[in-house]
Amino acid sequence: MTETKPCRKELLDWINVLSFAVDDAKLFLDTHPCDQEALEYFDEFKKQRVQALKEYAKYYGPLTLDTASTSTERWNWIHEPWPWQEGGC
Amino acid sequence: MWNYEKRLQYPVKISQPNPKLAQVIISQFGGPDGELAASMRYLSQRYTMPYKEVTGILTDIGTEELAHMEMICAIVHQLTRNLSLEEIEKSGFDKYYVDHTLALWPQSAGGTPWTATYFQSKGDPITDLHEDMAAEQKARTTYDNILRLVKDPEICEPIRFLRQREIVHYQRFGESLRIVQEHLDSKNFYAFNPEFDTTPICK
Repeated sequence: MTETKPCRKELLDWINVLSFAVDDAKLFLDTHPCDQEALEYFDEFKKQRVQALKEYAKYYGPLTLDTASTSTERWNWIHEPWPWQEGGC
Repeated sequence: MWNYEKRLQYPVKISQPNPKLAQVIISQFGGPDGELAASMRYLSQRYTMPYKEVTGILTDIGTEELAHMEMICAIVHQLTRNLSLEEIEKSGFDKYYVDHTLALWPQSAGGTPWTATYFQSKGDPITDLHEDMAAEQKARTTYDNILRLVKDPEICEPIRFLRQREIVHYQRFGESLRIVQEHLDSKNFYAFNPEFDTTPICK
């Protein structure tokens, strides 16, 4: 089976969507720690976010420390543009 | 401990420089109601907060404000990239440029340097949460004021996102205040300060 390389912009937008869902649910859960619906919502998006971050790192370099790999020839954390730069995230 | 994520919370992609607007928007970096003051306020207040929900919200909102500061800095940076000397002089950016070239430095739109006196960490949860709710509304008003001056959709969109977050944070701080009050004497919320007293100071 051949994997198709995901579109960088689409994958990044998706990571932003998933991360926003997780961040916003996190604040809600801080003041509603027993809300079952919010707990399930958080869990679902968190799982998808971890997966999307892994996929992004595989094709376009790491966005997080946990998805940075040393199995490449060089340290790619500094190689890709920073978020405020042209071509950054 | 903090971990950095190499992305902005909401994308900032500005193609047209505008040093005049940059000088206004920089206030949300280092101005009185800016993101740096917001982050430092919440991250300072949390150490003595006795209720776990509220310690959590101060930590998590304080952290999100750092991400907002990064968005504001990205906006200011992209609005001042590759400026010609003519653009610098014409836009009035020369007064900033002489001290900082094109680097980011926390100041208000009027040029006042950032100061810790922009916020309070009072050590009383009712007092601090009222300050926090007011801070979110002041930041929201500042974003409303900025939006009246901005026409470019590339600048408007991230600013609108930041404005909406102020409203969500205000809501969460309101819930935090309710949580604090539920722990206190409903006949006299001021009977004691749970960040200091072990017994009531007044009846």
